[in-house]
Amino acid sequence: MVNYGIAILLLPLMAFVVQIFIGKRLPRNGDWVSVSAVALTLCLSLAMFGVMLVKYDPEFSVDETWTWFDLGSLQVQIGILIDNVTVVMLLVVSLVSTLVHVYSTAYMEGDLRYSRYFAFLSLFTFSMNGIVLANNLLGIYIFWELVGLSSYLLIGHWFEKDSASDAAKKAFLVNRVGDIGMFIGIMLFFTATGSFLFRDVFAGVESGLLSTEILTVAGLCLFAGAIGKSAQFPLHVWLPDAMEGPTPVSALIHAATMVAAGVYLSFRLFPIFTPTALTVIAYIGGFTAIFAAIIAVTQNDIKKVLAYSTVSQLGYMILAVGVGAYTYGLFHLVTHAAFKAGLFLCSGSVIHAMHYAYHELHDHESDPQDMRNMGGMRDKMKTTFLTMLICTVALSGVPFTSGFLSKDAILAGTLSFTLHHPEHFLLVLFGFGAALLTAFYMFRLIFMTFYGEPVRREVYDNIHESPSAMTAPLVTLATLSFFLFFTLPYFNPFSDHGWFTVLIDSRDSVVPGHLNLTAHEIAEGMHHAHTPAMLLSILIAFSGIGLAVFMYLQKRISADHIAAKLSLPYKLSLNKFFVDETYQRYLINPSLILARMIAFFDWEIYDKYIVNGFGKVTEWFSRVVGIRWDYDILDQQIVDGVGRTTGFFSARLRLIQTGKVQNYLVWVLAGVIMIYVFQAI
Amino acid sequence: MDFNILSWLIWVPVAGALVIVALPRDKKDVIKWVAASFTGLQLIFAIVLWMNFDKDFVGFQFMEKAAWIPSFNITYMLGVDGLSLPMVLLTALLSFLCVFVSWNIDKALKGYFSLFLLLDAGMMGVFVSLDFFLFYIFWEVMLLPMYFLIGIWGGPQREYAAIKFFLYTLFGSVLMLIAILALYFTCGRTFNMIELMATAPTALDTLSWWGFSGMKVVWILLFIGFAIKVPIFPFHTWLPLAHVEAPTAVSVILAGVLLKMGTYGLLRINFPMIPDGTVWFAGALAVLALINIIWGALCALAQTDLKKMVAYSSINHMGYVMLGMAAVVAAGAQHGSNSAAAQLGMNGAVLQMFNHGTITAMLFILVGVIYDRAHHRNIDGFGGLASKTPIYAGVVALAFFAGLGLPGLSGFISEAIIFLGAFPVYRTIVMISTLGILLNAAYFLWSYQRIFLGKLNEKYADLPEINGRELFTLVPLAVLVVLLGVYPSPIIDVMKTTMANIIELVQVSPLMIMP
Repeated sequence: MVNYGIAILLLPLMAFVVQIFIGKRLPRNGDWVSVSAVALTLCLSLAMFGVMLVKYDPEFSVDETWTWFDLGSLQVQIGILIDNVTVVMLLVVSLVSTLVHVYSTAYMEGDLRYSRYFAFLSLFTFSMNGIVLANNLLGIYIFWELVGLSSYLLIGHWFEKDSASDAAKKAFLVNRVGDIGMFIGIMLFFTATGSFLFRDVFAGVESGLLSTEILTVAGLCLFAGAIGKSAQFPLHVWLPDAMEGPTPVSALIHAATMVAAGVYLSFRLFPIFTPTALTVIAYIGGFTAIFAAIIAVTQNDIKKVLAYSTVSQLGYMILAVGVGAYTYGLFHLVTHAAFKAGLFLCSGSVIHAMHYAYHELHDHESDPQDMRNMGGMRDKMKTTFLTMLICTVALSGVPFTSGFLSKDAILAGTLSFTLHHPEHFLLVLFGFGAALLTAFYMFRLIFMTFYGEPVRREVYDNIHESPSAMTAPLVTLATLSFFLFFTLPYFNPFSDHGWFTVLIDSRDSVVPGHLNLTAHEIAEGMHHAHTPAMLLSILIAFSGIGLAVFMYLQKRISADHIAAKLSLPYKLSLNKFFVDETYQRYLINPSLILARMIAFFDWEIYDKYIVNGFGKVTEWFSRVVGIRWDYDILDQQIVDGVGRTTGFFSARLRLIQTGKVQNYLVWVLAGVIMIYVFQAI
Repeated sequence: MDFNILSWLIWVPVAGALVIVALPRDKKDVIKWVAASFTGLQLIFAIVLWMNFDKDFVGFQFMEKAAWIPSFNITYMLGVDGLSLPMVLLTALLSFLCVFVSWNIDKALKGYFSLFLLLDAGMMGVFVSLDFFLFYIFWEVMLLPMYFLIGIWGGPQREYAAIKFFLYTLFGSVLMLIAILALYFTCGRTFNMIELMATAPTALDTLSWWGFSGMKVVWILLFIGFAIKVPIFPFHTWLPLAHVEAPTAVSVILAGVLLKMGTYGLLRINFPMIPDGTVWFAGALAVLALINIIWGALCALAQTDLKKMVAYSSINHMGYVMLGMAAVVAAGAQHGSNSAAAQLGMNGAVLQMFNHGTITAMLFILVGVIYDRAHHRNIDGFGGLASKTPIYAGVVALAFFAGLGLPGLSGFISEAIIFLGAFPVYRTIVMISTLGILLNAAYFLWSYQRIFLGKLNEKYADLPEINGRELFTLVPLAVLVVLLGVYPSPIIDVMKTTMANIIELVQVSPLMIMP
């Protein structure tokens, strides 16, 4: 298994290296290199998945550790961990990645930097697999930043657009804010336990090497990494902007896999989160879920709706971790990966068609992503419409879909948690409220895009269904949105019981003092909350859909009217609650001003006046000493003064030198008298 | 040993300089190839040295000793250990590459290359000298060619920059000389560094100057001398000026090698010879490191001149080195005898010295590439170059990402283990200094965006792509950056024994044992 893992890790890396150096010179710009490398990883992942199903062992786990470098008294160790979670994640990553690679061969056809695009897509796949395979915090951090790099490069793929290059930079920097927190968390755990390996860290926590307060802080620091990567409030701002990247990239990185890495991390680290930390996590997730859903309701850009929807769904997963239903957070990650990637790829298909139509009409002004320019496209793009509808139904949590199973389980978990802790009733409101909005805005998207009358007939006439390289992945992903793939070997569409819940084993908290509920108790609570939660969630899903039907299909309620009535909430939602503007005004601009002030001080004041001041003082001093003192005073006054004095006195004394003996005798006499007088005194 | 390899390392470039002096001035190609072959030979010697180095040996290897001025007990003594070996490699590599970086120098070629080789010899001499007097001679020998290289071949403000650099460094050297003499007279009239390491820690305790502890005064005198070279805040302002004005190759040498002499000096002299002073000052060193990191990063963020931005990034990156060095006290009893932390910090510091040498060399070479073509370095004056010169943009991206500490590239490992090492001792300082890695990313990515992304600036519609000679100077560095980012052991393995030894030498300080 470990060898499979290494192969899965290295194949896309090799594709990246080949593509970046010689991709352009290969036939078809080398897209087949990346596609086949990733397809091979899919085969390997499927093989591992098969082995896992055959073994059917919840406890299955292998790992292997190597010394990366040795400092004498300390070996820095890294390694690979393969358990059922890894296998499932590898399958998700390689499957979506393969589909996106295939889809991209059509979507990106004729792109200026086609081989570069595939190179970075492969680099991403490599890094993402690295996160999944790592058995230690340092390894996760390394690949964590590398997925950030590939995200940066791919968001900025069309870097000629300023909006794209801005979005790329923003994504990297916002993620780095989270990463700093994560690194501080790693330092706290490493300092206490002396290791990066999960098992050592867990053992260290269990034996009480960290006090509860430190453990809470350290856990939340690590979680900061998840806040950044999974675009949770308040670091969610980069994800909607990241839609500047090509749509297949949005599907792979910004919907299915990379943004879910934060959920994966929280899942892995669940046993070391303290109750306080988990409460914070639950609130961040719950708040993000409802917050992003509110924004999604008013967006008109098809990708922006999906982006905020992703943020909201990631919030669900984080909420699940926080309330202890963390297995279902991972479950939702898996189901969501399929239908959200599907939704993005469908939207890509729509955008592709719109773009083509505008291109035919030589219209370079209209926005092919604005849903207000669409309408009635269901007849022209049957496959895209059907697959997108299926994925939407799944996302809305309608029974018989995978999304119903996972979302329902999370809501059950939240309900159960709130029944135990009634003071956290807000979490339930967040959860169900977001579910209502999700169903509403998704069907709003469907109706605005595919139903109604086309806005411009000539555009509509030029709309065509996308090629099969694009529709085949759509069909695959839509198919995977049915419940059956997740409940096997059982056939009950209303119970999440299946291979996933058996094989992905819940683990008890290792935080000392038994402050947390055990996995068993959480499961017990969820079991009781299951039926009411399910009924409620079905009701809510259909209410949301119904509202969308009224407003956007039958148009019985005017959306504009409501917007005018609720103008303040509408404006807040449309403008994304002005979070970006707030950051710009209160964080970024002051930082830049501070930097400029410091640089000015450093160069114009400190260097010019203080450092050079020493030079100036020395120069002045040397002038004083060398000219004023040395020449004017010492030389001119003192040295020459001696001469002048001598000259002066010699001139006077010369007068005495008369050459007459009697004069000299008078002086001698005077001298003798003086001596007598002095002696007498 | 028959073959005195360290002497060869020093004197090969001197011989090259002499050959160039003897050549006629119009044989430009011959001069360049002579410079290339002599530095190439030196590089081969350095690699041979690295391959024959015994990494488990505690103490100095390849020692050479000869009487020089016996009446003052001055000897010609050379040797390398795990601290100096990486620096020797770095010096030899950068000197060789810089000959090719200087290929287009037109003005007084003969003078340029002979001075350059002399500079090379001086740097090598500093890193392998084990006699303090000899060390000081080499230290001063470097100044002279550097002064002329900046003052003659530099930019518009070259004379101001050259004199500032010269005077600033000389000021530090004078303080260092006083300290050297103090050590000489209190430790039995010897300049032998190995003997000084044994005797100075106790001999200095009795020294008192007008009521001040002589130990602390000597430590501070040496520290200022070295701090100016690093440069440590507030002695740093000569650096952006000198870097900006110097020709590309000289900037590379300045940032790549000369800055490292400051931290090398601290680790070679201050740490083992005056452990009390080191322990006494370690906290302050960590604070200064923090200031270097944040101050350098903020200044870099505000720059509009690309070369000045890179220069300030050096101040920021050398801050990490100091932070790692300050972690040496972690091994003391009052910090729980955390020798792992001390080793992380100290090894990280030296690794960061090496990695910063390669990364900053790339950065300066790359700045030179664009300056040669556009004749300006204004970050806002470009735009969209990535679509015109993709290879150049790619190499710059690699260098920038290395500079901002991306995992998988060499800078990450050194910065990470420095943070990990310093964290147990200076928790708050380290937490604040991690802000530096955000600021690093900010200034590198922001300048990258302004230069390479966006619409192509029409002025540069026919900007030529990076050429083969320039790539030749960059590829070895890029390979090292990637290789050491994935597998740092080749450098860590040679230095870890020496670092463990230095940590032990510092731990003898009574300050380490008393709570």
